[in-house]
Amino acid sequence: MSDKAPVHDFATDWDHTDPTWVKDPYPIWADLRARCPVAHTERYGGAWFPTTHEGVAAVARDTEHFTSRNVVLGNGRPTEEDLPAPIGVAPPITSDPPFHALARRLILPAFAPGPINALEPMIRSLCVELLDAMGDQPVVNAGTRYAQYISPGVIRQLLGFPKDDIDKFLEFVRIVLEGIDHTFEERVEEFVPVEQYFTAQIEDHLANPRDDLTSYLLDIDFEGAKLPHEWVFGMMVLVLVAGIDTTWSAIGASLWHLASHPEDLARLVDEPELMGTAVEEFLRFYAPVTMARLVKEDMDYLGSAMKQDDWILLGFPTANRDPTVFKDADQFIIDRAENRHVAFGLGIHRCAGSNLARLELRVAIEEFIKRYPRFELDDPAAVTWAAGQVRGPRHLPIRILT
Amino acid sequence: MKVLIDPDACQGQGRCFSIAPRVFGFDDLGNGVVLGDGTLDEPTLELARLAEVNCPEHAISIEES
Repeated sequence: MSDKAPVHDFATDWDHTDPTWVKDPYPIWADLRARCPVAHTERYGGAWFPTTHEGVAAVARDTEHFTSRNVVLGNGRPTEEDLPAPIGVAPPITSDPPFHALARRLILPAFAPGPINALEPMIRSLCVELLDAMGDQPVVNAGTRYAQYISPGVIRQLLGFPKDDIDKFLEFVRIVLEGIDHTFEERVEEFVPVEQYFTAQIEDHLANPRDDLTSYLLDIDFEGAKLPHEWVFGMMVLVLVAGIDTTWSAIGASLWHLASHPEDLARLVDEPELMGTAVEEFLRFYAPVTMARLVKEDMDYLGSAMKQDDWILLGFPTANRDPTVFKDADQFIIDRAENRHVAFGLGIHRCAGSNLARLELRVAIEEFIKRYPRFELDDPAAVTWAAGQVRGPRHLPIRILT
Repeated sequence: MKVLIDPDACQGQGRCFSIAPRVFGFDDLGNGVVLGDGTLDEPTLELARLAEVNCPEHAISIEES
């Protein structure tokens, strides 16, 4: 990102990959919120950024004026080669009404609390395995050795892919989310190994059906027939992309918080009954996910003259810090009783995996603080944060205290 | 007092049945549902109010029955 022009004013020229924004976006957002309801940039072919909870909520709920056909902001725009609206390449996240509701109904039962809660023992043993593997070293990298491997391990088992493929997963996620500055042609080429891998998995699951999400999707009866394989493929891509670095970021950010706030760590260790409110406050304060929409037609919206195919960056993390909605919004309050945070979005595109994400986050924190009741950042300056629409620490060296 | 969920507003955020499992359950899509007829006594009223102020979609309401 270093080849980009530096940002001088985020109100008129914002860039969510700018190093200042990546390192600490919260002061930027507070400043923008005080100055304008919607910030603008000419970058990425034109994009808008609502700065208030009200603005974010309005756009999230407005599927008449905005399309989800592409939810990752980049230089390109969807073309005729993509699956046409209202389906999109990864239903239902890229789908608009009325198709959206159909696609969502197919996938939601697999992520409802019943089947998800049944995964708790598997997630717990995965966390314990990772902690065992880190051993008794004085400094552990809780980002690259722990947070990073929990959700890929869970998603791999959910989809029914081989255990040895975890590093491939991480590469696929990187390809999809971190290539936003690449051209459309580059992105098509980068996507080839993802496509080949998923196609091979679909074929293998067709030949050998088993009890996993891939076989579940292939076996869905939809209007008297099985789902087209391109939909199944898209849903698998969605689960892989939306289910990995998001939760990994939430786990990493929560551990980062506990490592840098000893009073909160001590309270959580001493009062495990706070875990419920703590998880929701981690989600509010460090909400990792920002989504995007495209403007359907030229219009005036929230006082701005928006053009067709302009992007809207939908900052759920920004909405979560709006002081008109959250008391002491910039304070982390571990027992916050009222917390209408929007970490999982609002409206019809609420994160389909929210029950799973919460479960992974809770179990990952429980097991980490059980193993290491006292820890701190080894070197705060060494922590790196992911750029783009998913924010969380990547390199997170933590010193274990005795 | 009686608690209601507006099914058009509910998006399955999952806060109500985590906070107040005695008052709320969920359907096969993970959307919140009121258990029984939603009539509240003193302890469940408090739980239902807590769920109400944590629902991001403002889908929960409590009414005089």
